[in-house]
Amino acid sequence: MSDKVPVTVLTGYLGAGKTTLLNRILSEPHGQKYAVIVNEFGEIGIDNDLVVGADEEVFEMNNGCICCTVRGDLVRIIDGLMRRKGKFDAIIVETTGLADPAPVAQTFFVDESVGRKTKLDAVVTVADAKWLKDRLKDAPEAKNQIAFADVIIINKIDLVSAAELDEVEGRIRAINPYARVHRTERCAVPLREVLGQNAFDLDRVMEIEPEFLQTQNHDHDHDHHDHHGHSHDHHHHAGGLKHYHDEEMQSVSLKVDQPLDPDKFFPWVQTLVQTEGQNILRCKGILSFKGDAKRFVFQGVHMILDGDHQREWKSDEARTSRIVFIGRNLSEESIRAGFAGCLA
Amino acid sequence: MTQSSPDTPSVVERTRHYQADATIVDVHFLGTSAVFVLGEEAVLMVREGESRRVATHGGAVLAAAADGERVVTGGDDGRVVATDVAGVITTLAADAKQRWIDHVAIGPGGAVAWSAGKQAFVRAAKGPNKSAELIFEAPSTVGALAFSPKGFRLAVAHYNGATLWFPNAAGAEPETLPWRGSHLAATFSPDGRFLITAMQEPTLHGWRLADRKDMLMQGYAARVHSLDWTADGKWLASSGSTQLILWPFQSKGGPMGKTPQVLAPGQVEVGMVACHPTQGVVAVGYVDGLILLVRLPDGAEILARKPAGAPVTGLRWNQDGSRVAFGTEDGGAGIIDLG
Repeated sequence: MSDKVPVTVLTGYLGAGKTTLLNRILSEPHGQKYAVIVNEFGEIGIDNDLVVGADEEVFEMNNGCICCTVRGDLVRIIDGLMRRKGKFDAIIVETTGLADPAPVAQTFFVDESVGRKTKLDAVVTVADAKWLKDRLKDAPEAKNQIAFADVIIINKIDLVSAAELDEVEGRIRAINPYARVHRTERCAVPLREVLGQNAFDLDRVMEIEPEFLQTQNHDHDHDHHDHHGHSHDHHHHAGGLKHYHDEEMQSVSLKVDQPLDPDKFFPWVQTLVQTEGQNILRCKGILSFKGDAKRFVFQGVHMILDGDHQREWKSDEARTSRIVFIGRNLSEESIRAGFAGCLA
Repeated sequence: MTQSSPDTPSVVERTRHYQADATIVDVHFLGTSAVFVLGEEAVLMVREGESRRVATHGGAVLAAAADGERVVTGGDDGRVVATDVAGVITTLAADAKQRWIDHVAIGPGGAVAWSAGKQAFVRAAKGPNKSAELIFEAPSTVGALAFSPKGFRLAVAHYNGATLWFPNAAGAEPETLPWRGSHLAATFSPDGRFLITAMQEPTLHGWRLADRKDMLMQGYAARVHSLDWTADGKWLASSGSTQLILWPFQSKGGPMGKTPQVLAPGQVEVGMVACHPTQGVVAVGYVDGLILLVRLPDGAEILARKPAGAPVTGLRWNQDGSRVAFGTEDGGAGIIDLG
């Protein structure tokens, strides 16, 4: 398993700074070698014979799942790159500014030859501190990229005031409270915060507590590993950062202490992603089933769910089931009611 | 009973092993030489027990085809290279932009086709356009190339179908055979009546060319990477399941309305199939490295290689069917002498 080559997906709206980050990744002396799949040649200033141009061909799958799309060019390119396995440690896929990250992510779950040799590491989104707010209003692609991300880099913070920066982060949090957020100039973030995240590993699904919104002690390379629980009320202040509500894209986070019945839960979640999968961008969960000593973890991208039994619950651990959906126009009420109906 | 049954006859001890030190992506025979196509930079030529590397590309080798006289490979260095039986290499084409050569094919009469991105190229071995490169612009990235056994006709598989291109027929419009989805492998039946493609989904699609009737061949567990026709042209052998799947093409309608013959059930998926050149025998390579020789129609099995972990990624009979060459993803190479 561990010899699968990790793949980082780099997204971000036009001009946010993806190429700056990519050039940093390729030029810093980290001893790692990356194969890079880019959209446009020439933007990368580094000489690297493992830079491959992609066509971003998004294909629909004929599997009865209308939102199941894959990047056909990635299937081909990764197959080709893997013939040179050993020449690189990881793969970075840069998408165009207008790209939806979902087909890229789904490619790793749908194509077994890709999934056998590589694994999705994380979706990293670069956001422009000055313009993101506007793009969230007029560019659905920008909103998708934020909602989908595991790591968000708010870049060009030198171009905005502290208050504007807080507003941008607040608006990001309204859409995606689970990503790790970094504030940077010229994408100056330690690369260990960007690469090797294992965000799609089922073992890491446990980290689904929303990030606590702190602004007072924010520095550029701020470590976001403090997980403070906080309730998801709108329009209140937490840690000094104003809460925003995005009318279109939200997250729904649920939690119960009573054990669940797997015979109720699986039909419910499968029906939910079948019917609402187009609107659900990401989902994750850690579940405690009745009479089951092990935690069940799952994650999903649109209609594709991936789940497995994980380690045993520890004796001093609260057997709390937690589940999170990030998506568009989600009906929190019906998701909440459906989940409540899964109790054993 | 497949695999570990002690009763299964074996030809394992007739194998001569070679070390490739690289992933093997294909294998072909040129006369008595076996040519193992490596994932990077070279082919390994084996003749009378002696092996030697022949450098062919400056990077990954992405595609290979052969016609008994030469092995043609395409690389990520943008070159199309032919290697002959003496190990002499000839560069047939070099892409001006150094684009990846994703697919290659050799046609009857020695014509060579290749593709880079959405463009398919063909060069005839003879005739008025000899040595000229003719170009076909596909609607999306080319997923596979296959020459028709009859006439100078090339099938170009792509997203949402395949197109039949007649490179030499001036003014002849390419004919598109539509079917939704991404088509990633292509083969004509030996009688030229059917075109079959393997799709991104674990299915095969087919067209009866006379009336363009569609055929769906479903039920696979994984994407089908390997297709081959039995010597008599009556069966299409395929990978993609934990068994050898054989679709019947004896009748006018091909496999329409029929179920496939299912042989050699394994514990893991079949990755490669290769049909004997004259008899009803199929070499079946599994993703755990097991190789069985399976007789049609009764499914009798002979063990040719024990499972060893890495998938079988190259499998081929020599011209008279007396030897089988195999290669694996972790560089295992062997030739089994059945003569």
